Amino acid sequence: MTTDPNLDSPRTAVSNPPVQPMQANLGPGDVVRASAMPDLPPPTRELTPVAKLIDVSKCIGCKACQSACAEWNDTYPEIEENVGLYENPHDLTPDMFTLMRFSEYENPQTGDFEWLIRKDGCMHCADPGCLKACPAPGAIVQYSNGIVDFIHENCIGCGYCVTGCPFDIPRISQKTHVSYKCTLCSDRVAVGQGPACAKACPTQAIVFGTKEDMLAHAEARVDDLKSRGYDNAGIYDPQGVGGTHVFYVLHHADQPSLYSDLPEQPRISPVVEGWKGVTKTLGLAAIGAAAVGSVLHGLMTRANKVSAEDEVHAEELVSGREPPIPPEREVL
Amino acid sequence: MAKRMFSAPGDHIESRRPVTVSRYRGITRLNHWVTAASLIVLLLSGLALFHPSLYFLTGLFGGGQMTRWLHPFVGILLFFSFLLLFLQMWRLNLPRPEDRTWVSHIGEVVRGEEEKLPELGKYNAGQKFVFWAMSVLIVVLIVSGMMIWQEYFPHLVSIPVRRWAVLIHAVAAVAIILTFILHVYAAIWTRGTIRAMTRGTVTGGWAWRHHRKWLRELAGREGGGPAE
Repeated sequence: MTTDPNLDSPRTAVSNPPVQPMQANLGPGDVVRASAMPDLPPPTRELTPVAKLIDVSKCIGCKACQSACAEWNDTYPEIEENVGLYENPHDLTPDMFTLMRFSEYENPQTGDFEWLIRKDGCMHCADPGCLKACPAPGAIVQYSNGIVDFIHENCIGCGYCVTGCPFDIPRISQKTHVSYKCTLCSDRVAVGQGPACAKACPTQAIVFGTKEDMLAHAEARVDDLKSRGYDNAGIYDPQGVGGTHVFYVLHHADQPSLYSDLPEQPRISPVVEGWKGVTKTLGLAAIGAAAVGSVLHGLMTRANKVSAEDEVHAEELVSGREPPIPPEREVL
Repeated sequence: MAKRMFSAPGDHIESRRPVTVSRYRGITRLNHWVTAASLIVLLLSGLALFHPSLYFLTGLFGGGQMTRWLHPFVGILLFFSFLLLFLQMWRLNLPRPEDRTWVSHIGEVVRGEEEKLPELGKYNAGQKFVFWAMSVLIVVLIVSGMMIWQEYFPHLVSIPVRRWAVLIHAVAAVAIILTFILHVYAAIWTRGTIRAMTRGTVTGGWAWRHHRKWLRELAGREGGGPAE
């Protein structure tokens, strides 16, 4: 159960690449949703949903995932100043699709000092806010295996994905003017490989496989944590966005915000829903109605024409035969 | 000379037989058409990003990236261009008592029966509505537009504020397009109006019929005596 080429997607990230040549196994026929393309043809097949599980309790903060990510995606995050924080770079950037975020937490129950390290990056929502907000046809796609991917040649750099995302993930490059984020290594998954970060993780805090397998694994991890005294350990797979294809095991699942402001109940903002829903539909309808209404009024009523009489009046007025100041007609 | 109440500097009787009246100076017309052209570019480029069915309009500007780049700059052009128009026109667009009467007879206005309508200065209540709607909406659009200008102001406001900005921008854009349709249609339907913004003049009859107080003031300023 590793990289069988007959499988529709890899079941693990740890195995080595297949030695035989392999066709890319993720293509246009696997797209279930695409931005600004409401009439997308249905996918030609249904892939097994995949997921990346990040077990925060196992993370040692080594940043091997970040290095692997930059290496695989061939990005060169800018070298920054050390400002006394472990985060490096300071935030997700167009060249850094994943970031270890470090928070220091003094647990009031135990008095323990806890170092909560969360690998931040795209969550690959089942209901992606970026895709909903995007105005460019086909710039954001969702495959039937759950991966949400940016198709850069269709991106126009408007930043609407930033507005739509409930997790503050996409970053627009000031050089290329397109948006970047974690692809869940869709290009690796297409050829039977798990994501680079999962492959590089030395503690298996990041694991990859089918969503079903990953959920089972996560549950086992939660049980283990509970047996070790983490009573609030749990899975973060937020249903507000339909569940996610990158999800966490947290020791404090009751307080996700402890982990560098992981949203408590993420969902696509109602403001974004209103903008992309009723505003778009009603707005276009109102504009259409106004345009058609004007044309109909123009065709069905007589235009307001100046009469010859009006011209005579004007001449009389201008030549002084009618007093310029009207006899009390002003007040009506 | 008496203070102008109903007319703008430059408005004058241009010829007496037949009567033609100068309504807009060349500079004002140029200003109007720059504003109009930018509004049309904004409307087309904005609609392209507003609804997927209109995305093809990006082709007019050289694709999606170019449309995204161009739209905000044209917005700035529109803002300043309209500001100049505003400074020239705001005084004569202040509401007056006869506007109320005009609005209460709006049915007759639409039917083109102007006999019972009050005499009006340079603008009627409909024109004033268009003027103030444009003024308010352009301010709303430029402010909300700055907040979502990704290329230059990516961190001007927080993401939650940005969500409101993009919604308000869309709603205001729909409103300004409706105002624009009203403006264009009214100018076409009221025959003899468009030449005020092309040639700069209207016929005496047009002025008598629609803006009699304005015409009276101009006639009074010319001395009111016979031309020759």
